[in-house]
Amino acid sequence: MKVGVVTFPGSLDDRDAQRAVRRAGAEAVSLWHGSHDLEGVDAIVLPGGFSYGDYLRCGAIAARSPIMTEVIAAANAGLPVLGICNGFQILVEAHLLPGGLIRNNHGDFVCRDQRLRVENASTAWTNGFTVGQEITIPLKNAEGGFIVDAETLKRIEGEGQVAFRYLDVNPNGSLDDIAGLTNAGGNVVGLMPHPEHAIEPGFGPDTPDAMRSGTDGITFFTSVLQSALARA
Amino acid sequence: MPTIVVEVMPKSELLDPAGKAVTGALTRLGKSEFSAVRIGKRFELTVDGAVTEAILAEAQQLADDMLSNSVIEDVVRVYVLEKTVLESAPA
Repeated sequence: MKVGVVTFPGSLDDRDAQRAVRRAGAEAVSLWHGSHDLEGVDAIVLPGGFSYGDYLRCGAIAARSPIMTEVIAAANAGLPVLGICNGFQILVEAHLLPGGLIRNNHGDFVCRDQRLRVENASTAWTNGFTVGQEITIPLKNAEGGFIVDAETLKRIEGEGQVAFRYLDVNPNGSLDDIAGLTNAGGNVVGLMPHPEHAIEPGFGPDTPDAMRSGTDGITFFTSVLQSALARA
Repeated sequence: MPTIVVEVMPKSELLDPAGKAVTGALTRLGKSEFSAVRIGKRFELTVDGAVTEAILAEAQQLADDMLSNSVIEDVVRVYVLEKTVLESAPA
């Protein structure tokens, strides 16, 4: 099982995502934004960071890079794609997920261990969770406010496309406390929090048990292994 | 060389935190005659040669597809600049 992680100019968390893939038991394949070759991977991660310095709009230029032509085609054919933070912004700009992400309503960068509720546990990246499960995943962004028109909001809420919701506080003014989405097929998932930063005891978010002991993020990566096995 | 200008603004119903921050600064400076500030973007597309109808249509298309995101922004105006700013700028 091979999971590709795309590096764009300005990606920050591509190495962390590759490490998460390896810890989940898969082979991590480094993919390059300027290439058209997906190298036969079974799933793709678009990592966090500040691709192209957030110029134009967050994720806008990366969404139009050569590799994204292939990622969009593969996603539309059912290949699992996970967009984390800037990767979520890229998925939205590529129209693989609905809506848009704007500057946090309070205007500040936010960095915190964020509690989330899993709303959809039947996607390629969330099948290891249960619906209603509460997890803690680090969040770090300045432009994570999710917005969408009222009609689309009603549709995605009605069709179970809200994958994650913020608990305790809404850190950025997102509509309906939406932290992450999935597409109609359940193969594309995007979220602002960073699951790749919660995969190893000692390096994850704080939990009531111990400091930095949170590993809820690894389930994203083990889930996609399960879904790939099911597809095979 | 002729220049096509594309002006993009955040949708009026959306919060514009950057504009809000500037509004706050104006209030602190006592400029109470300005009740609100909103910040948008201006793109200048330089064209090699004359601006034809086709090129202007292309710019309009680009404005809608790439230079703006219709979920969060509106294209306010696409027009040809009579004299470019760069021509009068010091070298």
